[in-house]
Amino acid sequence: MPLVEVCNLVKHFERGGGLFREKTIVRAVDDVSFSVDEGETFALVGESGSGKSTTGRCMLRLIEPTSGEVTFRGENVLGFSSARMRAARRDMQMVFQDPYSSLNPRMRARTIVEEPLVIHDIGSKAERRDRVADLFRLVGLDPAHLERYPHEFSGGQRQRIGLARALALNPSFIIADEPVSALDVSIQAQVINLLMDLQQQLKLTYLFIAHDLRLVRHISSRTAVMYLGKIVEMGPTADIFANPQHAYTRALLSAVPALDPDAPRTRIELDPALVNREAPLRQISEGHFAAI
Amino acid sequence: MEPLLKVENLKTVFGPVVAVNDVSFELRKGETLGLVGESGSGKSVTAFSIIRLVQEPGEIVSGRIHFQGRDLLALSEEEMRRVRGAGIGFVFQEPMAALNPVMKVGAHIAEALLVHGLASRADARGRAIELLRAVKIVDPERRVDDYPHQLSGGMRQRVMMAIALACRPPLVIADEPTTALDVTVQAQILDLLREMKRAFDLSLLLITHDFGVIAETADRVAVMYRGQIVEQGPVRDILRNPQHPYTRGLLDSIPGGEPGTRLRGVSI
Repeated sequence: MPLVEVCNLVKHFERGGGLFREKTIVRAVDDVSFSVDEGETFALVGESGSGKSTTGRCMLRLIEPTSGEVTFRGENVLGFSSARMRAARRDMQMVFQDPYSSLNPRMRARTIVEEPLVIHDIGSKAERRDRVADLFRLVGLDPAHLERYPHEFSGGQRQRIGLARALALNPSFIIADEPVSALDVSIQAQVINLLMDLQQQLKLTYLFIAHDLRLVRHISSRTAVMYLGKIVEMGPTADIFANPQHAYTRALLSAVPALDPDAPRTRIELDPALVNREAPLRQISEGHFAAI
Repeated sequence: MEPLLKVENLKTVFGPVVAVNDVSFELRKGETLGLVGESGSGKSVTAFSIIRLVQEPGEIVSGRIHFQGRDLLALSEEEMRRVRGAGIGFVFQEPMAALNPVMKVGAHIAEALLVHGLASRADARGRAIELLRAVKIVDPERRVDDYPHQLSGGMRQRVMMAIALACRPPLVIADEPTTALDVTVQAQILDLLREMKRAFDLSLLLITHDFGVIAETADRVAVMYRGQIVEQGPVRDILRNPQHPYTRGLLDSIPGGEPGTRLRGVSI
């Protein structure tokens, strides 16, 4: 049974609109549907402007979608009151891309990690103190550094603080929006390992938003490829990489530089004019769909 | 044969911090040398040291940089200005920061040509259009009058290439030229770099953190770590049989093995 289901999600932004200019509507997310199973890592991949981050933000209602449904454990969260939504967010958390701007620079690491517990009024002061130290250890940080400020940590450590904060309320579902793309490759490896360990240990379900296809191939069980606000292909990650069906998926995969200098370079260019934006997703094989 | 560029025992410091520590390498004519490393490794400072544009308080304290038979570190600032552009072209990571927002695309290219006395005001525009065509910009007659903000990221990087190539330098230094771009645009720019290398008979010093970019473009690689080159050699040797533990760790950090397995990463 899916933990999260997204049905016909739409987010339109209005742009421009002045005295002499017509408003234009940007269809950032244009009728997107997918589901994430309990315990899996589902990857949403695409390039800038594909709508992948907007989709993630709409799911947690960090921005309000124009229409559609987001069901979490069988309930449509888009119909929740704001109080109800706050409570629901205990179970669904977000980890952001930039560990430099997503942490308040004036707050000590302890306060940053403790804040969700305070907001949700969980535990006594002493219990929270213990919990914060546990969370620090859980993400591989030294509790001796709890009183430090964000700038005293490295980029990788800051991302760990963000993760500790996201885990404070024991969520089951985490949306990770490009969680390692701002980090050096050796630090990326450490954070990816940590994310995989935590998933095992805490039975987490991940929605992984990323543009790095090597990373997606490594950590996700299923993948959806977004292009201009729509999912153009979706299926088991191994199938998507071995047998891409949509012209955009093929172009995207062929653009990733091979690490072997002798690998044959077969660049597939996408002709946007040949993409039928109205084509519905149809089944290619078990669980593998493409809009062709 | 004498190498086109020979860096010997280069040392650049920022106060007490040694950013580039005793770095030596050669770049032969027609070759692409990839300088790879993570942030703080000193790869960009090395590049900026070569063209003597290290930001204050950075300072080159010792070493020699031989280029076309001269030691660049011994040149006057006036002579060095001629080397930049006419001898060594530069492509930066962030084209938007390198381009003047109130100058048209054509004016950027024309400026490079005029400064080096390579075109008259009358034919600078025509030359700019030719260069834009060379870097595969569609409709160059119209684009020459665009401002930088009217261009996409990939097109801006093409304009940067056109400016770098304007004075036909034998060497181009490209500092993370595709890092800010989407992967499909990156592929186009890498293809263009290879093509320009052939068409303009260039040698290329490519600074990057991405081994994929190295594998696609470089003939030889130098790996930098904490200000030093820890390993250098032909691209195949480095990628297939890395010797230094840092190089090995860096390659092991890249996802690509059995999905779901732990990444080994750097352990030095």
